[in-house]
Amino acid sequence: MEGDIVQMGAYIGAGLACTGMGGAALGVGHVAGNFLAGALRNPSAAGGQTATLFIGIAFAEALGIFSFLVALLLMFAV
Amino acid sequence: MATEAQGAAEGGLVFHPMDQFMVKPLFGDGAVGIFTLTNVTFWMALTVLAIFGLLVLGTSGRATIPTRTQSIAELAYDFIRKMVEDVAGKDGLVFFPYIMTLFLFILFANILGLLPMAFTTTSHIAVTAVLAMLVFLTVTIVGFVKNGAGFLGLFWVSSAPLPLRPILALIEVISYFVRPVSHSIRLAGNMMAGHAVIKVFAAFAPMIVISTGIGLVVTPLSILAISTIYALEVLVACIQAYVFTILTCVYLKDALHPHH
Amino acid sequence: MATAPQEAASGPGLPQLDFTTFGNQIFWLAIALVATYFILSRIALPRIAAVLAERQGSITNDLAAAEDLKAKAVEAEAAYNKALADARAEAQTIIAQAKAEIKADLDKAMAKADAEISARAAEGEKKIAEIRANAMESVKAVAKDTAAEIVAAMGGKADGRTVTAAVNARMKG
Repeated sequence: MEGDIVQMGAYIGAGLACTGMGGAALGVGHVAGNFLAGALRNPSAAGGQTATLFIGIAFAEALGIFSFLVALLLMFAV
Repeated sequence: MATEAQGAAEGGLVFHPMDQFMVKPLFGDGAVGIFTLTNVTFWMALTVLAIFGLLVLGTSGRATIPTRTQSIAELAYDFIRKMVEDVAGKDGLVFFPYIMTLFLFILFANILGLLPMAFTTTSHIAVTAVLAMLVFLTVTIVGFVKNGAGFLGLFWVSSAPLPLRPILALIEVISYFVRPVSHSIRLAGNMMAGHAVIKVFAAFAPMIVISTGIGLVVTPLSILAISTIYALEVLVACIQAYVFTILTCVYLKDALHPHH
Repeated sequence: MATAPQEAASGPGLPQLDFTTFGNQIFWLAIALVATYFILSRIALPRIAAVLAERQGSITNDLAAAEDLKAKAVEAEAAYNKALADARAEAQTIIAQAKAEIKADLDKAMAKADAEISARAAEGEKKIAEIRANAMESVKAVAKDTAAEIVAAMGGKADGRTVTAAVNARMKG
């Protein structure tokens, strides 16, 4: 195994960056779960808030995508 | 991945999850210049044709009682129009054709990209960055043209306590300039991630050819996984088009009515 | 692992970060977007808007027509009810008339019957009176004869006039 240490570091870093996607998963689940809880409390108001739900999910998910992107950059671009 | 591909050449499995995103000339094998006909050209043309087919050919009957295709087109029209009106307000309707263009282009590019062997144009940061920068520039220009310097009030949160306002302004400015970045990378990243995952599972699928014992377990599992992820990707393709569009509307609302 | 750097160098790395293809992508994207924009804003959107407006119009028209028909139906029902009430009132008057006529006839017939009955009763009474008078006469004659006989038997000579007067006085008393 006479690989170079930069490569190793990049791969380890990529693996670590992937943990960020777990955070995004938590965030998305949190948003959706809270929406559902609120929607069950007041179903009549839920319909108008689906747009807000998707915006919230999109923001939470974007950060997970960022970590995915960092992983990809470390794998392929560094 | 490169090393794995190398190692797989001996083992038999071939991992090339990123090869599907390569821009290649349609004819020949030369370099890719600006005007070269590439798979980008092909799939974008297909996207435009699909939009043309749905919204122009589909509605050519102009029927009062719509056909199936026409009612899909009307559904898309109503959906986006209502979104623009609800989120950006009545005066946002000027931008309705523009937003409709973005939505339909992204939706069809995403869905066409899910066809097997397809090239997903929206998985490229170059493409999504142009789309996001268009939105960003539109919002900024419209904001300043409509409100003049008052548009800067967007960054000055007047409802916050005075000492906090400069800090909040800094954060708001940063988040304003991060918008096009997150806007474009969200779309490209979602597309890229899903397709890459499908390709990784696809690479596991021929395991049964290499080793029957492991293959009996791995091959059905990976085929199941491909189907599941594919279904998820269909959902993601639609949701990302929706999210891109609704965020455009939200940003437009900021430009049209900067004082919340 | 040893071959990795060479591969990375020769391979394209991440295709999304291959800047040589950016110009191409952006060029074709611009063409596609402009084409889509013109297709939508020139042909598709005005057409769909027209179709939707037309549908809205015809729905409004149909609703108005339905409203008219409903009003007509209500009118027709009112007319029907009115006709029904009229017919009923007419029937009532006809019944009252018939009743009055019948009653008049009945009264006339009753009066006639009454008159007849009283006439017959009077006739009967007259006959009874006659019979009684006849009987009285017979009784008087018998009494006169008997009285004359009795007087003769007692040896007297009965004066007819006296006997008659005496019998008449007794009969009255």
